[in-house]
Amino acid sequence: MYDVTIIGAGIAGCFIARELSRYKLNVALLDRENDVSDGQTKANSAIVHAGYDAHVDTVMGKLNARGNPMFDQVCEELDVPLKRIGSLVLTFEDAELPTLRELYDNGRALGIPGLEILSPTETRRIEPNVVDSIKGSLYAETAGIVGPWELAIALAENAIDNGVELKLNHEVTAIAAFHDGFRISTTQGEVESRYVINAAGLYADKINNMVAKPFFEINPKRGQYFLLDKNADGLVNTVVFQCPTKAGKGVLVSPTVHGNVIVGPDAENLENREDVRTTGNRLRFVKEMAAKSIKDIPYHYNITTFAGIRAEPSTKDFIIAESQDAKGFINVAGIKSPGLSSSPAIAEEVVQILDRIAGGLEADPEFDPRRRPLARFAELSDQQKAALVRENPRFGRIVCRCETVTEGELLDVIHRSCGARTVDGVKRRARPGTGRCQGGFCSPRVIEILARELGVDLSEIKKDSERSYILTGRTKGSSAPQALLQGEQHATL
Amino acid sequence: MQHYDVVVLGAGPAGLGAAVEAHKNGARNVLVLERDRELGGILQQCIHNGFGLHFFSEDLTGPEYAERFIDELQELGIEFKLNTMVLELTEGKVVKAINTTEGYLEIPARAVVLAMGCRERTRGAIAIPGYRPAGVFNAGTAQRFLNMEGYMVGKRVVILGSGDIGLIMARRMTLEGAEVLAVAEIMPHSGGLTRNIVQCLEDYDIPLYLKHTVVDVQGRDRVTGVTIAEVDDRTQPIMGTEKHYDCDTLLLSVGLIPENELSRGAGVKIDPATNGPVVNEAMETSIEGIFACGNVVHVHDLADWVTEESQRAGKYAARYVQEQLVEEGKMFETRPGNGIGYIVPHYVRVSNLDEQLPLYMRVREVFEGKRLVVKADGEVIKRVKRRHMAPGEMEIVKIDSDKLRERPIAELAVSVEEE
Repeated sequence: MYDVTIIGAGIAGCFIARELSRYKLNVALLDRENDVSDGQTKANSAIVHAGYDAHVDTVMGKLNARGNPMFDQVCEELDVPLKRIGSLVLTFEDAELPTLRELYDNGRALGIPGLEILSPTETRRIEPNVVDSIKGSLYAETAGIVGPWELAIALAENAIDNGVELKLNHEVTAIAAFHDGFRISTTQGEVESRYVINAAGLYADKINNMVAKPFFEINPKRGQYFLLDKNADGLVNTVVFQCPTKAGKGVLVSPTVHGNVIVGPDAENLENREDVRTTGNRLRFVKEMAAKSIKDIPYHYNITTFAGIRAEPSTKDFIIAESQDAKGFINVAGIKSPGLSSSPAIAEEVVQILDRIAGGLEADPEFDPRRRPLARFAELSDQQKAALVRENPRFGRIVCRCETVTEGELLDVIHRSCGARTVDGVKRRARPGTGRCQGGFCSPRVIEILARELGVDLSEIKKDSERSYILTGRTKGSSAPQALLQGEQHATL
Repeated sequence: MQHYDVVVLGAGPAGLGAAVEAHKNGARNVLVLERDRELGGILQQCIHNGFGLHFFSEDLTGPEYAERFIDELQELGIEFKLNTMVLELTEGKVVKAINTTEGYLEIPARAVVLAMGCRERTRGAIAIPGYRPAGVFNAGTAQRFLNMEGYMVGKRVVILGSGDIGLIMARRMTLEGAEVLAVAEIMPHSGGLTRNIVQCLEDYDIPLYLKHTVVDVQGRDRVTGVTIAEVDDRTQPIMGTEKHYDCDTLLLSVGLIPENELSRGAGVKIDPATNGPVVNEAMETSIEGIFACGNVVHVHDLADWVTEESQRAGKYAARYVQEQLVEEGKMFETRPGNGIGYIVPHYVRVSNLDEQLPLYMRVREVFEGKRLVVKADGEVIKRVKRRHMAPGEMEIVKIDSDKLRERPIAELAVSVEEE
């Protein structure tokens, strides 16, 4: 029996798992997918918001304000890319200037430092590519960009290294409460746990309803994005938002932590929680909206479009509390934007709740907050590259030419705790296939390396989910697994 | 660190042709760097025939065509390194590369030949709507899986784009037992060779829908269906014209893009019309001593023409290292006129020409019964009749060098004109 079981290995679940691994607790982290960070965490704007947006009276407002300054330490400890580049909220009408002032005042009430209302000239000094018609902006110094799935993966890895058990492909089908805990039925058997944390994202309402009275609903809200090639780098220097209006929150244009440019998202209410389609109409709308902020966005550099789904709670605010009718069951639900920005504070909050209901948690003196840094070959100097290849020749084999990712890096991310098992899993950890060729050249090699390292046939390797098979079988007359043999030759180097 | 006369980046048809020719023309230390496991580049996965018809007057497969040059390279004792990735080329012609056996390398070169080829335009670049499941492949990637790795990528297939690789893969997938349901092409004409339309689609009763594109991809995990629709003259989908296919695979053959990241890094000037380096008659880029040839310069329709162009690049690179290339002197510009998309080379220094100046170009649209007219400063110096011209097929016009030497020329223009 586990002390604590966390359902959902997105950013919230992974953060909670890592924070709980500081204590002498048996913790299980469950996810229905075959990798962590495979839901909302892998498809969002990747922003660490300054925190002026959500109202001072909301849980979101408080936790965003608390969470933002916590990123530096955790990203440093876990070697996750974070850049504090600041953000701007642009206004295009004089009538919007009071809204800007309200955001400023709300931010000040939340104690957010580094806020400033800028004139059009001051705004243009920061962002030369803004449209001519801007009337002013709200600058927020503490806003940043981060790799959300990289953070979630790093948190999961660190949690595992500190004793947490990760159980993938465990979809929860039922939860029964008994006298001193819960029996969680999953697609891979039962898990018993004293406490349960519901961090199930888009399905948090369904999980709650398995064991407690329904009191909220999750409404899926889709957002679509463009992601531009690194050639577009320099288009914007900060996260550029638009002043919220009755029509909506507008779209953002921002650098990503890896030097791409992201444009989006729109907001569209859906019925289907799985509907991550992009659509021609909505992408056109995103383009039209973004054109209100930034001149001449180079969409000919587009490398991919994608959609993410937000878990909008019917309560309009984060739900972070022990269930009233299922004691020991803690909801971490409705974690929409600014969920990523709030996640360090959400985890802290959950630890406090658990500490209270468990009557104190005992710290584990062996907890190590650090993980072994990743070898990021592309970021090394020529001398460092030379030294690394001398030390380990696998770093001398480039697998992904667009992002200059080496076989050495792939082997590392496959063999770590919370290691990659799929092509997209490798991509989220080491970035092959995130560049302009979108895996055209490297995907055969990534598949071959995964198959070799995992000891399976190439046709067993999935793109992402367990059902996302890539190869359908051998060609006529091909019997000897040529690629595997060649792979083994490389392995003996 | 060893110095080389000529370092060739890439061992596809362009790199092989250039290296062999540079050696034959007197360059002594020639080095070829190849990122893949073997020489030959993409030719190794092109197991279909149709290569060498012009160059060897024989009908060869891709690997056979490559083998001719690989044999020659080895007979000449030209040095090459496999599994070697060039990380950077400096303006001063230092090539930075790595491999597993020698580690990190900095190779100074007197001349460099860029022969990195091209990559496929992706789904993202054209923002195809729908889910993003497994089962969406670039045609060239699928070709590699089938022909190099020995794996099939799907059973029921829709192909978007009628570029040559897509057409070839329509036939290849059919021969492997897959059902190819349709090829959709957004333009009113195919982007591929006529012979491939006939031999790869018509012979197998695979329908080609011109002015159609993919408007939806279904399937959260693996492709379960694809919807195509007709487009209007502004390439926007027309409501009500949708056709749905239940399938597990979507192949994309929607264009090739010269791979010039290294060229850009070195500061080589790029022509936005070709996405490749601006070159002169010697296939020399805007940086003296850096040459370029093949699909890195502009996308060719046939490997034979890549070879022809690359041999010129190799020959001139050898002349350059022997200080026989005239860098100064009379120069004129080429200009694409009416109906012409681009012309390679962009500049011509008359002193370096041999007997003929070959002009490589592509037309913008399909033309029937027209003429290509070459004018030197407005005066017609050559007219050639063409029964049929299409953007999918490269046009070559060769000009006698004597005609260009008669008097100083500022501009050489080519246009499509009425018979």
